[in-house]
Amino acid sequence: MSEEFPPVLQALAEAVSAEFPGRLLSRTSFRGNLRFHVCPDKAHEILKYLKTRGGFGMLVELSAADYLQYPDAEDRYGVWYCLLDVENGRRLIVKTKANDPDPTLDSVVDLWEGANWMEREVYDMYGIVFRNHPDLRRILLPDEFVGHPLRRDYPMRGKGERHNFPVLTRAEG
Amino acid sequence: MALKLADVIAPPADVREKDYLWTLNFGPQHPATHTTLRIVLNLDGEVIVNSIPDIGFLHSGFEKLGEHLDFNQYVTIVDRMNYISPVANEIAWHHSVETLLGIDLTPRCQYIRVIFSELMRLHDHLLCVGAAALDLGAFTAFLYAFNQREKINELNEWASGQRFHPSYTRVGGLQRDIDDVWIGKLRAFIKQFPSALADVTGLLNRNRIFLDRTRDIGILTREEAINRSVTGPVARASGLVRDLRKDEPYLAYKDFDFKVVAAKEGDCLARYLVRMEEMRESIKIISQAIENLPSGPVNASVDERMVLPNQLSVYRSIEGLIHHFELFMTNRKWKPPVEEVYAATESPNGELGFYIVSDGTGTAYRARTRPPSLVHFALFNHLAQGHTISEVAPILGSLNIIAAELDR
Amino acid sequence: MALEDFLGDNIFVTKLNDIASWCRKNSLWPMPFATACCGIELMATGASKHDIARFGAEAFRFSPRQCDLMIVAGRVVMKMVPVLQRIWLQMPEPKWCISMGACASSGGVFDTYSVVQGIDRFLPVDVYIPGCPPRPEQLLQAVIDLQDKIQRTGTVLGSEFDRRIRPEGPRPLALEVPQELQIVAPGNYASSNRLVPGSCHNSQANLLQGLSGLKGENLS
Ligand code: SF4
Repeated sequence: MSEEFPPVLQALAEAVSAEFPGRLLSRTSFRGNLRFHVCPDKAHEILKYLKTRGGFGMLVELSAADYLQYPDAEDRYGVWYCLLDVENGRRLIVKTKANDPDPTLDSVVDLWEGANWMEREVYDMYGIVFRNHPDLRRILLPDEFVGHPLRRDYPMRGKGERHNFPVLTRAEG
Repeated sequence: MALKLADVIAPPADVREKDYLWTLNFGPQHPATHTTLRIVLNLDGEVIVNSIPDIGFLHSGFEKLGEHLDFNQYVTIVDRMNYISPVANEIAWHHSVETLLGIDLTPRCQYIRVIFSELMRLHDHLLCVGAAALDLGAFTAFLYAFNQREKINELNEWASGQRFHPSYTRVGGLQRDIDDVWIGKLRAFIKQFPSALADVTGLLNRNRIFLDRTRDIGILTREEAINRSVTGPVARASGLVRDLRKDEPYLAYKDFDFKVVAAKEGDCLARYLVRMEEMRESIKIISQAIENLPSGPVNASVDERMVLPNQLSVYRSIEGLIHHFELFMTNRKWKPPVEEVYAATESPNGELGFYIVSDGTGTAYRARTRPPSLVHFALFNHLAQGHTISEVAPILGSLNIIAAELDR
Repeated sequence: MALEDFLGDNIFVTKLNDIASWCRKNSLWPMPFATACCGIELMATGASKHDIARFGAEAFRFSPRQCDLMIVAGRVVMKMVPVLQRIWLQMPEPKWCISMGACASSGGVFDTYSVVQGIDRFLPVDVYIPGCPPRPEQLLQAVIDLQDKIQRTGTVLGSEFDRRIRPEGPRPLALEVPQELQIVAPGNYASSNRLVPGSCHNSQANLLQGLSGLKGENLS
């Protein structure tokens, strides 16, 4: 179900492949979502190129998925960056991947400040470490939490962490 | 690896030697946070030197639930995400699901969804404006705003049976059609709304205290708005004129005549004014939609086996019953393509998108929400630095942070 | 001669407990612990149409030290429980607690890793309100019911609370997860945002009792 890329993006894709040979793995599209799949080692450079040369000034969304139980998946984690060209209203999704044992990617906070909390959330939920992130802490879960709950192998009802509190009775306090 | 909070709270290096700086904990239980946020403020006297927002006090695992509930069930959960404009979330969720499944909605359904999105915009902006005014001491505006919200709740209740979390949309359609009584109620609502809005405007727009506490507070420039992924009214108040209703028209938005409201200043006052003006535009859209409401079915064609059949055909015909059964059996349900899709709508708060990864079953493999509140709250430190403590309340109020959407 | 005749119209005789309870029940000062959607309905109850002031409970105070009724409106997640307990401990006696909505009472639709399945597992609750969210009328009814309870059980010195030294809610759900899968957050309780065990008097015993299904070594 592949749609045509508009000429501008086609030219951009060619420029990216010329600049980073072999790093633009493929282009796919589905219902108007246009996607570049890129190699993780050059993902940061490609995103920088897209920002400076391609005009994609805004990072709308950044998140990840764990493809552990996904049919025919080769890599464990997929990370997507939804970019937006504010002046022309064009959208582009850049997808890259990461793998166990230590999933690592380069942080894009230096390109878009908006990525800061989104990357922290991905780190919190999936344990993907973003290199050069200014402040990579857990964001939603308590600091002392162990595990990454959105991974597919984490049980939905948790591992007992929601029961671990003192019980107050009526007579105290 | 993980830094300790204590390391980060330390002020920037150039002021570190100033040992008179002190730390104040704002929240998680504080009236101006409305719900549950915590901000650790580093103060020089009463001037904010640095602030560390600490969130997650309402993290309830929405996205994990999204991987276990099917496309129609998850709508009840999505409702509870941005609880001051519930139907807007439902519409956004089912917009993504329908994009994935490739369903075209009927014109009537599109119009009704437009009406509900705009009602929810009123719902949201009323609470945002009313509560922001409440935090600044203007209690009357809050009462006026809530009076109107009650009326919208009644509309919800009449249409769907629940006043607060209606769960009104379904894949390819709606829970049920609206009736003439509802339309009459809506007309009455539209008629009285402008004067109620004028009351709120009159209470705030020339209110000296309100103006002094919001003008030139928390300024966000256009460049910073782009850099920090800001969308919605907050972005439009900074001159970043983007509105998905105009730029990427979904539903039936291209049929309507309305303006995108924007401002240049980017301060709290501009954000308040943009919201007030947007309510006027919403009322315009609602009246156009209700006057031109197309007739016909609300659910997309039943042949595609994706939309729930209506109640009558389930009870009276064998085809309807089988069809209903098929959508509810755990091993049948929908057969979406094994693909992923990102689709966004303009929710009252900004761009609300869902990224759905589908593995070919009726349940999303990954249901990621793109929450505007998270992006907007990340702005807080940038906006608050250099202001005094008393200005935390107007900044928070103008960003309209919804904790459940922030933490999911 | 009956006592009433002797005292006349302007004096009446009652028990000290009754008059104290009567005063307390008609001037409840709620502490709105509003975390989620139910909190908005709580605001609606306080706003124009439903107007909780008709029942003498309109003086919402955000400082726990000024309140005697905690209304927990919305889901409470694991990061919030210590805050909730601390606020409860800061409220002066006599105090009561209303658990508003399905989430606060039982976890509601959120049966996930982070949502506490009912605050009554960790905190005493007096009135539960069903609904998601409860209508404002239901909240008003809960306030009326609570007033009734205060009138029936209240004592001037609050001695009705002294006897209730055992946890009253269901036991923590610890047995749901097999022992080897349990992670009992091994962090440093003192430095994190959790409550320090033993910081409130005699909670250590309850703690060990309530958590006997969990790993013991992390509780020291
Ligand atoms: S009970 Fe329902 S309305 Fe109340 S907090 Fe829970 S989900 Fe929200």
